[in-house]
Amino acid sequence: MSTKNTEGLVDFAILSMKYKTKLTKKFENRVKYEAPNPDNILSYIPGTICEVFVKEGQKVQEGESLLILEAMKMRNQITMPRDGKVKSIKVSQGDRIPKNHLMVVIE
Amino acid sequence: MSLKKHILDLRKRKEQVEKGGGDRAIEKQAAMGKMTARERILALVDKDSFTEYDLFVEHTARDFGMEKKQLHGDGVIIGTGTVYGAPICIFAQDFTVAGGSLGLMHARKITKIMDHALKMRVPLIGINDSGGARIQEGVNSLAGYGEIFYRNTLASGVIPQLSVILGPCAGGAVYSPALTDFVFVVENISKMFITGPGVIESVLGEKISMEDLGGARVHAETTGNAHFFSNSEAECFEQIKKLITFIPWNNDKKAKAFPPKPPKFKGKIEDIIPSDPKTPYDVRDVIKAIVDDSDFFEIQDLWAANIVIGFGRLNGETVGFVANQPLVLAGVLDCDSSDKAARFIRYCDAFNIPIITLEDMPGYLPGVDQEHAGVIRHGAKVLYAYSEATVPKVTVILRKAYGGGYIAMNSRHLGADFMFAWPMAEIAVMGPEGAANIIFKKEIDEAEDKDAMRALKVEEYKEKFANPYVAAAKGYIDSVIEPSETRALLLHAIEVSANKDDHRPAKKHGIPPF
Repeated sequence: MSTKNTEGLVDFAILSMKYKTKLTKKFENRVKYEAPNPDNILSYIPGTICEVFVKEGQKVQEGESLLILEAMKMRNQITMPRDGKVKSIKVSQGDRIPKNHLMVVIE
Repeated sequence: MSLKKHILDLRKRKEQVEKGGGDRAIEKQAAMGKMTARERILALVDKDSFTEYDLFVEHTARDFGMEKKQLHGDGVIIGTGTVYGAPICIFAQDFTVAGGSLGLMHARKITKIMDHALKMRVPLIGINDSGGARIQEGVNSLAGYGEIFYRNTLASGVIPQLSVILGPCAGGAVYSPALTDFVFVVENISKMFITGPGVIESVLGEKISMEDLGGARVHAETTGNAHFFSNSEAECFEQIKKLITFIPWNNDKKAKAFPPKPPKFKGKIEDIIPSDPKTPYDVRDVIKAIVDDSDFFEIQDLWAANIVIGFGRLNGETVGFVANQPLVLAGVLDCDSSDKAARFIRYCDAFNIPIITLEDMPGYLPGVDQEHAGVIRHGAKVLYAYSEATVPKVTVILRKAYGGGYIAMNSRHLGADFMFAWPMAEIAVMGPEGAANIIFKKEIDEAEDKDAMRALKVEEYKEKFANPYVAAAKGYIDSVIEPSETRALLLHAIEVSANKDDHRPAKKHGIPPF
């Protein structure tokens, strides 16, 4: 890279100043933030769905187990975060899922 | 036996063991585009300087049929030699012998040469090319790794430690390089990861190639684990040799001085930098205009390129440069660039290398991802490293020094010995636009033509504060200098600080925000 090389220069704003600069791959690939939806129950670790204990439409109390997500040789209980109803179940037994995968929607 | 016979017998034994894993294994190694462990050492050290130890060491494993296997040198070569006359200790894992796997005696050989390096106070170079722990030796392998890590830590900051990754380096084995000062990787040859593609696929169902997971480019560009990237082993060895010329043998010494040379750069240094603070330039051009022979040896050039670090010489003496890079992300500080700068500053401080900071930065990178990634903790490392450092510390503010960045980039307030600023430097709590919007909010909001009023107020602010003289009036800047004076003043600063004696309160160690 030299001063004459202006390829890839873009506008880049920091505190209301706009600079001409290049971006890094990491910056371009960064994940945009989205506020979490408390009705979506996501996997906090990648793993396998061992068992699902609830059905769609079922009323569940806070603390009751919804399913078991096995990861790193541990059977993790995924529990209901508050009293409510299971709206839909997005996984089934045996599914191998990544981190932050939508497992259950509650209401 | 007659003496002659004894000597012939020795030669025969040596010849046999020096073959490592034998012709077929050597052919395989060559087919992978790799040199053998012995070839590597001989390519790296000065001619005829290598002396090998523990050639006849044998493993002690007695299980799983190991008692019938002979592993020459137990898969690693150790010894001493010189690089451009500098004494070094070296080990090289031999992939042709049981895949360079690490067993008890293999580890003992490595720790032996590490102990030797530490006692002799000379640099240690480790060439890694190993399939990992030797499973047949069980917990003895794990013990071996642990004993290597322990010595890496004890030697840290005492002798330079260089790790060269010339093959697989996986699982626990990666932590020895990670504990050392500089890691070298070569395209298509180096592979570093904690868990390999196979495990990742079986656990997570994620498919990835070894190269994409932990190849040379990944570590040079994405993780920052590697400091030097090259396209061939030969190029890699040249980088190692060059690095050795810039650093001292141990923390009691200074780097060897070279005959002073003027920069090759012949233009005007001020012409490199556009006066508009929003227009980028390559700060490496400025460094090359300053250092001897325009020879700047950059470290981690592919990772966190918004900050530039590396070695150069001023009047023949090694100095470390830390410079914001306006060409990339406008030269902001963020998590990665903070880590990169902080570690380098601590390296320079540990090894008596003066630090030159060239500052031109708009502040910290805004964003949820940055805040959540811990930019507070990472950014704090830069403050810690600069404040802690007792080597000569010189700052030149080239253009912008806004807000927290002004403080972080080796300001007077963190203990800079010399603070220079070019006349176009803007030292302020933030850029003129941002500042005017806040200070003159009322005037701008109430004006009929808001944009005209804003422009007017920005100008007003610029005139008043966006210059080096407010800071100079308080003595925060020692001198406002003409750009053409920069090299001469840096040479002077280094000369004046030759006997710098700066002490910190006695303590076991600080607690930097790791």
